[in-house]
Amino acid sequence: MNKLEENLKYRKNTTMTNEEIKEYISSLAPAATYDESGEWLNILVEPTTIKPLMTTLRTGKMQMNYLFCLTCVDFKTHLTMVYHLSATTHRQSIVIKANVNRDTPVIETVCDIWRTAEFLEREVFEMFGVNFSNHPDLRKLILEDNFKGFPLRKDFEDPINMIKL
Amino acid sequence: MFSLEGITTSVQDWLFMKFNPTMALAMECVIVILLSISLFAILGLVLVLMERKVAAHIQIRLGPNRVGPGGMFQTVADTLKLIMKEGLVPDMADKFLFNLAPFVVMMVGMLLLAPIAFAKNFQIWDINIGVLYISSVSSLSVIGILMAGWASNNKYSLLGAMRSGAQIVSYELSAGFAVLTIVVLTGSLQLSDIIKAQENGWWIFKGHIPALIAFVLYIIAVTAETNRAPFDLAEAESELTAGFHTEYSGMRFALFFLAEYINIFIVCAIGATLFFGGWMPLHIGHWESFNHIMDYIPSSVWFMGKTFFLIFLIMWFRWTFPRLRVDQLLNLEWKYLLPISLFNLLLVAIIAILGWHF
Amino acid sequence: MYNQTEIIKDTSELGAEGELVINMGPQHPATHGVLHLVVTLNGETIKKIEPHLGYIHRSIEKMCESLTYRQFIYVTSRMDYLSSHINNLGCALLVEKGMQIEVPDRAKYIRVILSELTRIASHELWLGAMAMDLGAFTPFFYAFREREMITDIMEDTCGARLTMNYIVPGGLMYDIHPDFQKKVKAFITQFKSKVTEYEDLVTNNVIFQSRTKGVGILSAEDAISYGCTGPVARASGVSCDIRKIYPYEVYDKVEFDEVIETAGDSFARYIVRVKEMNQSIRIIEQLIDNIPEGDFVGKTKNVLKLPKGEFYTRVETARGEFGVYVVSEGGTTPHRIKFRSPGFSNLSALNHISVGSKIGDLMASMGTLDLVIPDIDR
Repeated sequence: MNKLEENLKYRKNTTMTNEEIKEYISSLAPAATYDESGEWLNILVEPTTIKPLMTTLRTGKMQMNYLFCLTCVDFKTHLTMVYHLSATTHRQSIVIKANVNRDTPVIETVCDIWRTAEFLEREVFEMFGVNFSNHPDLRKLILEDNFKGFPLRKDFEDPINMIKL
Repeated sequence: MFSLEGITTSVQDWLFMKFNPTMALAMECVIVILLSISLFAILGLVLVLMERKVAAHIQIRLGPNRVGPGGMFQTVADTLKLIMKEGLVPDMADKFLFNLAPFVVMMVGMLLLAPIAFAKNFQIWDINIGVLYISSVSSLSVIGILMAGWASNNKYSLLGAMRSGAQIVSYELSAGFAVLTIVVLTGSLQLSDIIKAQENGWWIFKGHIPALIAFVLYIIAVTAETNRAPFDLAEAESELTAGFHTEYSGMRFALFFLAEYINIFIVCAIGATLFFGGWMPLHIGHWESFNHIMDYIPSSVWFMGKTFFLIFLIMWFRWTFPRLRVDQLLNLEWKYLLPISLFNLLLVAIIAILGWHF
Repeated sequence: MYNQTEIIKDTSELGAEGELVINMGPQHPATHGVLHLVVTLNGETIKKIEPHLGYIHRSIEKMCESLTYRQFIYVTSRMDYLSSHINNLGCALLVEKGMQIEVPDRAKYIRVILSELTRIASHELWLGAMAMDLGAFTPFFYAFREREMITDIMEDTCGARLTMNYIVPGGLMYDIHPDFQKKVKAFITQFKSKVTEYEDLVTNNVIFQSRTKGVGILSAEDAISYGCTGPVARASGVSCDIRKIYPYEVYDKVEFDEVIETAGDSFARYIVRVKEMNQSIRIIEQLIDNIPEGDFVGKTKNVLKLPKGEFYTRVETARGEFGVYVVSEGGTTPHRIKFRSPGFSNLSALNHISVGSKIGDLMASMGTLDLVIPDIDR
């Protein structure tokens, strides 16, 4: 109970408004665009700036130490990497997105910042084909080793197993 | 009053009347062999069923109750099944040792039946070094286990057999010291002397503190020696293997299985003999009428009752406690049980010299 | 899964220090499901554990892209089948949030009671299975005696014992059985009288304690870094109960404690779950007599369409935080759905907590992580 009360008290003191977050992020990644239509602040950045931005978010003022969802979405023209971050101190969540090229999707890994990304990135690698540079052990996690293709992409064809309605 | 010694004396007299002495002796040997084999078989049947029923009732379920009234013939059905199974020998296994191992373990069980006194004057061989014979012959079963593990050509069987061997050899020490406690109190290694010394009360009551400590040590040590839970890491290791009898199937496995239960019976019989008086009824000091009433119950019933009580205790342990890890197991023996048993031996020696027991 | 040649290449790799590579699973005597662990041993000490997943991968995320918003909820019952109501609740909450559907109070109360009953049932099964892993066969039957009462209640009300399709966006599919309250109260009485049995038989058992204390220690920073949630993280001192931090349904109206231990070893994880069961009973007691009358389902259109955008909902299952992330393009089926399963992150910590310990400890650590493999493989 004490820890919980501490947590709640801390949360009230250190939550930042969306404006403050926007200023903070713009200072780290000037080319970021913001989308506040959803529940949380969505921040779209260049894939090349992911690593320094994430490192600062983890160690800097905001102390976002909890990466709770790492996934990828296939829009027909590009792939979007989505990172959901939160902090155990102030419990605010933000969403970082990065568009990667469909033909050669490459992005820097965040394994060394949050250890949970090891498995999550392996899953994104096998399902979407996104290459994570400097990942310690990038290979298929759930699919068979000789599986061809990237199943969660929208253009994945499997005439035997997939039924088109 | 029913007594088994009446039957044995009358059979012996009849044989010596009819045949010449050597022939009569040979026939007696054959009868004893047949009786002990049949005792083995019946005990195996009864104990396996008892284990399953006891387990079931502790776990709030019923246990086998379909085959025969109350599930009596379940073990017969199991034995028939095991006989009809294919007995596989692994490819590169050492065939001679592989086939020999179950028989070594069974032989040890049969040899140990000899000095046990089932009823008054109903002992196959009242050897004068009774207790020493039992301790030494029971150590031979380790050879059978190691043989089984080695000859299986399976590295997991070998690991299990090694662990099992280490466990048995360690716990023999504590068991031996516990048995020595009673020997010190009695002053003789012969089993009939030990039983006769309990005429006015069982050693667990007469020998108060050291006998009680010795009994607790003995029960723990024999549970570990027979590879029963909570010390059954070698055989119920759901992590890696099924222990040294992984590769055994069919009749050979049945022999291992049977030998385990016979082992339990034998160590409980020894425990009942040493601590609870064997076939001696419960006599309390000089209460003549009470002792007289107790004498009416046949001695074989006393013996079986005590033995099965101890067997029930050991089965109770299995279904109550989780398993010990192998290093905790050996820790328990070498760091705790052995010093306590050494101290207990010293204590009982002092008590015996000063005559402070009943 | 490996090809034939790769298997031979792997198992004959004996390193210079005599390392041994063994396979545990996918078929286990224990009841964890199809988990294949490749364990590298040095004698008796573990050097590395590599989980091989995918034995029960059913491509749920791809499948949901062609299911409507009423259909995809029940697929989650098949993921973590021990907390099916809670998973369904997460999906229903997402649809309600996206479409701004009003849920009547009666439905909210009943949903919370069902969630807590499911949590107790899941923890009971975990208790039995973990005790069985360690060699104590009897607590399994005692735990299932209580769980059987819960599945009886579920069968009366929802029609099924394991994969219950009962929660719909807007409320419940049909009203509760008339005997529901009576049976739940009978269950509460029985549970309270029997929970001391678990204490005596398992918790206070010296052998059990010596096998779980100090085994599989996970520090708080590691727990957060590996994304562990639920009892695993709470046993390491991390406060992460979604019911307290981001309350949903009626959790802000009931009083219960968040159980936090600081030791981080297997025994702490065990204690957290046992105490959580008691807290769940507390929640049910506060709610069972006060279920408001009224509708059991709110007004919804027949065909549900989420507006264009992204939505994320999280609920606290028996294993941790279950998150549903939906990217919607405005149609009747989601464009992309991602299930953030708690077991996935908990499993990634297994290698970290087992390195350097013995094989016997692996059973205790794995048992207390409470992995349900269909949840991980999806």
